[in-house]
Amino acid sequence: MKKDTAIAANRFGLGARPGDLETIDKDPKGWLLDQLEGPSRLAGDIRDLPASADVLVEVRDLRRSQREMSDPANDAPAPDIVQKYRQLVRRHFLEQTNARYRAAAESDYPFHERLVHFWSNHFAISADKQPLPAIAGLYENEAIRPNVAGNFYDLLLACEQHPAMIVYLDNQRSIGPGSTLGKRANRLRRDRSIGLNENLAREILELHTLGVDGGYTQDDVTTFAKVITGWSVGGATDNGRFADGDPGTFQFRSPIHEPGDHEVLGKRYAQSGVAQGEAVLRDLAVHPSTARFVAAKLARHFVADEPPQALVDELAATWLENGGELAPVYEALIDAEAAWAEPLAKYKSPHDFVISSLRAFNHVPDDTRFIVGALDLMGQAPFRPGSPAGWPDTADEWGGADALYKRIEWSNTVARVIGSRVNPVEIGDAVLGPVFAAETRKAIARAESNAQGHTLFLASPDFQRR
Amino acid sequence: MVSRRDLLKAAGIGAIASGIPGLSLAGTDGEERFVLVILRGAADGLAVAPPYGDGNYRKVRGELALPAPGDDGGLLKLDGLFGLHPSLEGIHGEYQDQRALIVHAVASPYRERSHFDGQDVLENGGAAVGVARDGWLNRSLLPLGSSLGDEVAIAMAQTTPLVLRGDNSVMSWAPSQMPDADDSTLRRLQAMYADDAFFATRLTQALEAQEIAAGESMMSGRQARGNNAQQTRAMAQATARFLTADDGPRIAVIEAGGWDTHANQGTTGGALANRLEALDEGLMALRDGLGDAWSKTVVAVVTEFGRTVAVNGTRGTDHGTASAAILLGGAVNGGQVVADWPGLRQSDLHQGRDLKPTTDMRSLFKGVLSEHLSISANLLNEKVFPDSAVAPRLTGLVRA
Repeated sequence: MKKDTAIAANRFGLGARPGDLETIDKDPKGWLLDQLEGPSRLAGDIRDLPASADVLVEVRDLRRSQREMSDPANDAPAPDIVQKYRQLVRRHFLEQTNARYRAAAESDYPFHERLVHFWSNHFAISADKQPLPAIAGLYENEAIRPNVAGNFYDLLLACEQHPAMIVYLDNQRSIGPGSTLGKRANRLRRDRSIGLNENLAREILELHTLGVDGGYTQDDVTTFAKVITGWSVGGATDNGRFADGDPGTFQFRSPIHEPGDHEVLGKRYAQSGVAQGEAVLRDLAVHPSTARFVAAKLARHFVADEPPQALVDELAATWLENGGELAPVYEALIDAEAAWAEPLAKYKSPHDFVISSLRAFNHVPDDTRFIVGALDLMGQAPFRPGSPAGWPDTADEWGGADALYKRIEWSNTVARVIGSRVNPVEIGDAVLGPVFAAETRKAIARAESNAQGHTLFLASPDFQRR
Repeated sequence: MVSRRDLLKAAGIGAIASGIPGLSLAGTDGEERFVLVILRGAADGLAVAPPYGDGNYRKVRGELALPAPGDDGGLLKLDGLFGLHPSLEGIHGEYQDQRALIVHAVASPYRERSHFDGQDVLENGGAAVGVARDGWLNRSLLPLGSSLGDEVAIAMAQTTPLVLRGDNSVMSWAPSQMPDADDSTLRRLQAMYADDAFFATRLTQALEAQEIAAGESMMSGRQARGNNAQQTRAMAQATARFLTADDGPRIAVIEAGGWDTHANQGTTGGALANRLEALDEGLMALRDGLGDAWSKTVVAVVTEFGRTVAVNGTRGTDHGTASAAILLGGAVNGGQVVADWPGLRQSDLHQGRDLKPTTDMRSLFKGVLSEHLSISANLLNEKVFPDSAVAPRLTGLVRA
């Protein structure tokens, strides 16, 4: 069996299931390239999820009834409404994490799935702000999933215009000081000023496109914030303002949009309305800094914590030559010699470690709550990176002693809960194939029980690297 | 049952000298404790310690200005210029007892406005982003003795923050709810990891931390995942337990998030007030847990940068520059606000929008490391904070 087979399955995929390596061995690169097509390969669980717009309407209706039922004396929401809200959010969150981890455990297209998770992390939202836990998984499926192998501009636009991102980074609250409504509000209410919130604009430049060293200034941030004022979510807000637009979907609100031409990164944008922000995103998508920044992240994610500069340069060049089309960039990555050089160069993130351990046992859990809990303990709570920067992607971020101990506990849990009667050495052979070290194999063979062998296998350095 | 420590000994890794404290701080009696609390997300120094006596404060802070000391829900008075946020009652009590001080208008050398880069500079101890891949606190451990098996420092987190990463071995710990692996399995893993330093050192450290944590049923996973205030308190209690263990660590790093108040920051109540209350309760739990050791303790509470002086369009504040830091503990020369106050007029502000930094965060760190942990000036200036000649150490922060 080719070494490339194990690399394709474990480095580019989500870890092999027993039997996968035989399939992949016929043509490892071809197996990866075949997964780049289309968004059609959706697990049933994901197809069955509701639309985020519907969930947001559900949330809004509940909040309205909360206001109607709240005790006017102390303005406290009725307790059963608070309870109902928690249940609603929790139900959606669990349904979506279930779908995500079941899909990852059973996917026949694990490279495609990895790309979805990569971009979901690049365009991270964090479900510690309400009501995002109710739509975090839907954001991934609606904004990221259909666009992973398309043009970066489409992916970028879908993410920045998704209600989850707009709410996460406060853009629905950002009001152009020179807009119709901003001017009126500031005339009427002198006690407080209404105006810009530069959160989304800054993170688009710093985290989603150019990168922090990508050559923008504070003025660019402020001006870009003005350009995207009005990028909002349709339907009335909690306090009844803004009735226009389809509830829970992207809505451009011209009354709060800062009018006029704006200069971002030295270029003048004379478009009006939503087209102005879209034009800036279009330029950002093919900006050399964006190509460099994102290419480096891709190379770091798949190849090595310190990826070879030549590889990053090549990916960035491919990006620019193809106008931000992503498939050619992935092809260049797969074709690069460096990507196949060292078999076990990367320490798996907790996310990849947990998913690959399910796949090693060919186990698709009905209820994934124990996965959510375990990932939380390992420092990578699903959909909750805690900041718009997403999760870091290098071993020193995941390499704490305590985190390793949690992985051992996880291995032990998996061995107890879903460990099979299958001999752990056979699982190791089937999953790691040519990169299963003889010494590790020997240690596992000597285990005092099948369950202990499974624990040792999952906690082995061979399995924890990819 | 075999204890984790026996297990370590049996495996011949990490010999632990029994009865002898695992470290000897150079020039001290080894009883000094230092806790670094990192507030991630840029805490608003003008809300933590508002300069109510600055004639411009009320005007520039608008609806986010806090009531003056003595008013309903008013600030807790520090001196004629500064007050403390009303949620910080415990810290205020320590201030009145001369065991807490505030350093204001303080910032790391970082002058841009990215959280992630700001935290990188705060923790790497250099003058710019990415100049070191290890942290200043780790580099300062060198003379404190930190060979494997007697780690001086612990990260109270699943993953070690940059400030504690580096060549010197440190512990890390966070609560769990998964079943413990049995000793036989752990022993076999130790053997399996023997040739792989990355895994071997980490397992040894983890087992030591388990040993200390298991001393009493300190905190269940459920407790640790309670609300923010409970979580902070439980973490503080766990930290105290590590810092008072016989041969446990003497330095700890705790992280607390949620300070990025872009919208609806609130004043005496609200999002920021709740965070501050949780922080205050946590710090008091740490004090109570440390008991007698509190008298030898310095806690430094810092953040990557401050927030805009003006209120933004969404009743919050955006990323700024200088903020406030808090020093707390029995060893602190408390009851003072250390600040070269830059003022709040438009022309006083950094780039016309942020509180101007007048004290370098590295000066604060140097002062504490030098006076409290007796780290030599040479080491501080060359290794711990390279290129920091512009940031001379602050003196008088710690009791003589």
